[in-house]
Amino acid sequence: MIGWDTAMMLLWIAFKSVLLLVILLVTLAMLIYVDRKVWAAVQMRRGPNVVGPFGLLQSFADLLKFVLKEVVLPDATNKALFIAAPLITTILALSTWAVVPVADGWVVADINVGILYLFAISSLMVYGTIIGGWASNSKYPFLAALREAAQMVSYEVSIGFVIITVLLAAGSLNLTEIVHAQQSGLGTMIGLPNSFLDWYWLPLFPMFIIFFVSALAETQRPPFDLIEAESELVAGHMVEYSSTPYLLFMLGEYVAITLMCAMATVLFMGGWLPPVDIAPFNWIPGVVWFALKALAVFFMFALVKAFVPRYRFDQLMRLGWKVFLPISLFYVVLVAGVLVAFDLAP
Amino acid sequence: MIVSAFFWLFASVLLVSAALVITLRNPVHAVLFLILAFFNGAGLFLLAGAEFLAMILVVVYVGAVLVLFLFIIMMLDVDFAELKAGFIRSAPLAGLVGGVLLAELMFVALKWKPAAMAAKLKMAPAMQGMTNTEALGRILYTDHVYFFQAAGMILLVAMIGAIVLSLHHRRDVKRQNVADQVARTREEAVRLVDVKPGQGL
Repeated sequence: MIGWDTAMMLLWIAFKSVLLLVILLVTLAMLIYVDRKVWAAVQMRRGPNVVGPFGLLQSFADLLKFVLKEVVLPDATNKALFIAAPLITTILALSTWAVVPVADGWVVADINVGILYLFAISSLMVYGTIIGGWASNSKYPFLAALREAAQMVSYEVSIGFVIITVLLAAGSLNLTEIVHAQQSGLGTMIGLPNSFLDWYWLPLFPMFIIFFVSALAETQRPPFDLIEAESELVAGHMVEYSSTPYLLFMLGEYVAITLMCAMATVLFMGGWLPPVDIAPFNWIPGVVWFALKALAVFFMFALVKAFVPRYRFDQLMRLGWKVFLPISLFYVVLVAGVLVAFDLAP
Repeated sequence: MIVSAFFWLFASVLLVSAALVITLRNPVHAVLFLILAFFNGAGLFLLAGAEFLAMILVVVYVGAVLVLFLFIIMMLDVDFAELKAGFIRSAPLAGLVGGVLLAELMFVALKWKPAAMAAKLKMAPAMQGMTNTEALGRILYTDHVYFFQAAGMILLVAMIGAIVLSLHHRRDVKRQNVADQVARTREEAVRLVDVKPGQGL
């Protein structure tokens, strides 16, 4: 039978997972509020300001609204897949957070191939949309599903190459070790103490930009939200959805966005490392730095949503295949060459 | 105990979904079960300690190849009556090919003799002191790099061939030239016209 130790270990993992999920979901509610406030500020509106102090409880009010509405199952849909699609999106999105280290050792599953796991699961997120769009048995959702398939496959390629350059520099697929590898770098080479100059955003700057833009495309944030472009496809794959299934789609989408912020933080911005490793900064616990950095990336996401008009679909495809793919491919070769030539490879 | 429970789970779901792939009528459902089968295959790889292969299986097959599969199949308008008529016509040929394949596979399976070292290696897929990503990388990129490069060249030739076969440049469609679009200025695009009342442009 299962031993006492194994049972305790399983319970401990379950406890950590539940804690992570609760914190993640509460943070998510706040992030949606931040997103709307930033959007409103750019357009000189007030944004949500009625529910709770400064409108802070708006997301929770929205949650109640979604949950209490009636679930509508259109007659001509493929029922099982119609219900499964939002569940797939949400469960996959939540399961990615298991491998993200929010501070040194603070991770549910510290697996060897952490970054590949993230890449694999985030490439599966496309199925939620495709299945939802197909099962709806309706024109707009179907078009959205086709667009989603093309868009995800295109931008996965450049994200893959970005990840490969980081792997070349860090020499590990483990996310914790990738952060540790960023403790020394360009800054320490010229004799400075450990600082933000060591992180990979500086030597891999073009890849940081490509990662950021591809992350926008990967999570269907504006200006790449072509699958739910209101003016063309009404709401894309979510046209036929209402109530809780719709909420699950929204939830999965936002969790994917937080994941991309966390990935940018871990791969390029030194994870939980303090910006300068001297007295007042390294007293602050790592998880605070991680949260601040991820929030900074999310702020950029929110600003881009407010600033940039939507791309056309052919422009999107051109950017992915004709601009990002050659640049990232070239940079992989360049980084590998520099690492070998100067004997810097880990 | 937990590992063997997961082995039975992955293996049985894998077999059932693989059977459903070839028996289901709806091609979209068949592809979805193929995805499930790949997932459980990745699970089996994980149990065997081959975590890199497991993740690559999910990334490449489930994340990319099957997305395109689904993309094509969802757009198909399948006529099942015609499909059935075709089935009866080509059944003898299909039976012949299947029979030959089955016979060959059985021949291989019965005559299979593993190398002397292989039995020991099979028990320990993970090498001591390195992750299996490092072990695979060493074999592919250090020990056998020329084979790897040759395989890459062959795939490149195949890819160029496919592009050459399917690319035909149509002249009767309007194409966007991004450089022209970016180079356009306000002066050449917008003109202020003073329209006289009652005349129009």
